[in-house]
Amino acid sequence: MDRKQCCVKLSVQPSRGLMDEKFIVLVQNALPGSQLTIRALHQCEDGHSWEAFGHYTADTTGTINVSEDPSIGGTYSGVEQMGLLWSFRPIPGSKSGLRMRKKNIQTPMEVTISVYQGHQTEGFADLVPFSGVAVERWYMAPGVRRIPVTEGGLNAALFLPSGPGPFPGLLDLWGGGGQLVEYRAALLASHGFASMAIDYLTAKITMETGKMVDNQYFETAYRVLQQHPQVCGSKIAMIGLSFGTSITLKMAVYSEVIKLSAAVCISGSHVQPVDGSVEEILRFFQKNGEKTRFSEKNEVIWRDLLLPIPTDPSLKVNVGRLQCPLLLVVGEDDQNWPSQESALDIKEMMARAGNSHLLTVLSYPNAGHLIEPPYTPHARSSTFKTVEIEEKVMCLWGGQTVEHSRAQEDAWKKMVVFLRENLYGGRKPTSFSHL
Amino acid sequence: QKRWGNLQAVPPILSITPSRALVDEKFQVLVENLPPGCPVTLHSLHHSEDKDDWEAYGHYVSDHRGVVSVTEDLSFGGTYTGKEPMGLLWSMRPVPGSREGLRLRKINVCTPMLVNISVHSGHEDFRDRTPLASALAERWYMAPGVKRIDINKQGVQGTLFIPPGPGPFPTLLDMWGGGVGLLEYRSALLASRGYVSFSLDYLRSEHLSADVEFKYFEVCAIYILMNHPQVIPDRVGILGISLGSMVAFNLTAYSTIIKVNVVGKISFLFDAVILWIDSDETVSLSHFHKAHFDENNYMSWRSFALDLIADPSNNVEVGRINCPMLLVNGCDDQNWPTVETAEEVSDALRHGSQTRGTPDNQGSVTVCFSVILLWGGHTKAHSDAQEDSWRKILSFLQLHLYHSPSVKAKL
Repeated sequence: MDRKQCCVKLSVQPSRGLMDEKFIVLVQNALPGSQLTIRALHQCEDGHSWEAFGHYTADTTGTINVSEDPSIGGTYSGVEQMGLLWSFRPIPGSKSGLRMRKKNIQTPMEVTISVYQGHQTEGFADLVPFSGVAVERWYMAPGVRRIPVTEGGLNAALFLPSGPGPFPGLLDLWGGGGQLVEYRAALLASHGFASMAIDYLTAKITMETGKMVDNQYFETAYRVLQQHPQVCGSKIAMIGLSFGTSITLKMAVYSEVIKLSAAVCISGSHVQPVDGSVEEILRFFQKNGEKTRFSEKNEVIWRDLLLPIPTDPSLKVNVGRLQCPLLLVVGEDDQNWPSQESALDIKEMMARAGNSHLLTVLSYPNAGHLIEPPYTPHARSSTFKTVEIEEKVMCLWGGQTVEHSRAQEDAWKKMVVFLRENLYGGRKPTSFSHL
Repeated sequence: QKRWGNLQAVPPILSITPSRALVDEKFQVLVENLPPGCPVTLHSLHHSEDKDDWEAYGHYVSDHRGVVSVTEDLSFGGTYTGKEPMGLLWSMRPVPGSREGLRLRKINVCTPMLVNISVHSGHEDFRDRTPLASALAERWYMAPGVKRIDINKQGVQGTLFIPPGPGPFPTLLDMWGGGVGLLEYRSALLASRGYVSFSLDYLRSEHLSADVEFKYFEVCAIYILMNHPQVIPDRVGILGISLGSMVAFNLTAYSTIIKVNVVGKISFLFDAVILWIDSDETVSLSHFHKAHFDENNYMSWRSFALDLIADPSNNVEVGRINCPMLLVNGCDDQNWPTVETAEEVSDALRHGSQTRGTPDNQGSVTVCFSVILLWGGHTKAHSDAQEDSWRKILSFLQLHLYHSPSVKAKL
């Protein structure tokens, strides 16, 4: 080992942070002008290893500050404060089609950040770094409580913020892959919303009888949330991604029971048989299955299944009847759903109906379908299994990594502000410097 | 009953950023969504390991946007006043009705200190109302990846903390004061800042009635430490506080074992020497019973210690110390006459370097104020001192143990 560099000091501050908080990675005491690689390593729950790294040159004081200095190579380049997280990719030799998702959100994501001599691109496992630190990234803030919800046959988890409450509520829905996906709800609870993540495609009744849930399932979830002593029943919003958008728009417009104060729809569409059940909507998509396309790499492209946007009003949620603010988040390179075309049509419908003041559209060039919380590694494609098909397919989601990552950061920030404004009401919120 | 509190239908939002931090890191406490010009009280509460409740509070008034920022705004009263971003921690004191003589010190360093911060409406009698909002902060002594190892080897007992990473690391021998058993939190925090740190237990009950052998430290502690694979043997320092600094001083000045390794060795201590020992190199604890009690019935050893210092045969030959030294002392230290002794030490070092002309003697740096516990239940001046001195200590350590021109010259 080069003795002169033996006391290179690496620090990451804060060493424990929430998933959407920034950190500062600092190298000190390096030889001025020396070339160094800063690398992040993470082993996820299913055993796969992910890495990200940047190539730097120490300045005249022997310092590198990742939030101020440019990376000149690696998995990211330029001045990228959080590049070591969002540019994570599976280590060489991993199987293809991986996507990083945390299942157990009560423990932190553990990342090891190390600094190596020279500009390295591979073989890190055989190198000894100068220095390494451990970093924890949490979905749950201290004091946030997780409560499983099973009444009425629900497969759900409620996350309550710390404090006496009462808190505005949030129903959180994901897409066609089913399962109970909790991490976004946990993170939103860390921002003051009583958030209930709901599995509506692989609930107990569906697993046992094969039948899809009906509208009552969602209304039960809404009622459970509304009646919780720490939830403000008159301030409940819904957030859906992908197929979750279909459910959210449906409930927002047609439900007699669910009265939303706001809705957030990410990467989805309003195209569906009007007020159809979950079963009916899925069958509608399947009917158009022959419109499936394939990329040169044989990845499945499903965005055409709902195109062209129909003119028949019985095939679209009547967004002109919407009575609450709606935030649409669109990745313009979405290869899975026609979210951009749908957003344009929604805008037109609302303009004609006179309620477009309720609509905000965030549209991101070169962002794909999976618009996740900040710094989530971008998956342009991954293996995917929907509840309707037997085998896994390689699904093309779309998006270019740098722009997709920026879109995630920007959309999240604006989404939290949108939810605060509509659920906490009154004054305009001020400082979100930690986002 | 669902209700929003005394104010309005919309609840305020209290946020702590970051919500998880090391104990020497700052946080920002922010309350939003209040009505403008609203009097509120920010209250912190900690339930200690000894099952006592500690609290601090500040009275604030929200601005025209309905915001209270503890970082930016002034507290009008409570346990702290003025602009005090960390006031909710350092001004903590036992809640009314607690038992006497409490001191806030964490024993289990593997778990965080939990502090609940809440906002209440009003100033007077704020406690009578339930909080409008609250949030929990975790304050950690151990950074992720720091390893804690119990050491019981060749009669040496203590706790070793090793930073994450490949190592090896510059190392510190951490000597606490008398009468409190083994305290690990400073070592845990130093390991979180990149130093292997060994909290040495040298005052176990079986030793209290006998003289503690110098040899114990010298042969066992230093030798074991210096041979540890994660330790860089020529980058070892000693920290001592109170009684510990006396031991540290003696080790540095008199130890022959240490002298062998002293080439390139750098050591330092804080809190000035509080007792000069005699030349047979044993520490005599029998002197300590000669304390006096002040009007509050608190014990002070200051006056008898001054007598001891006045007798030169009691003094450690400071000129023999051959490395950079940082002295941190409290100008109002009633426990030991640290200011007087620091001055003597400075004089002796200056004189020594003039007569011997050794370029290696880096002299001393004297910094006022003492360090006991970061942000834990003390007055404003003391806390400012703690923040300031801790920052300077970390800089001093980084300069001399991570990066020192004299070390580089010797390599």
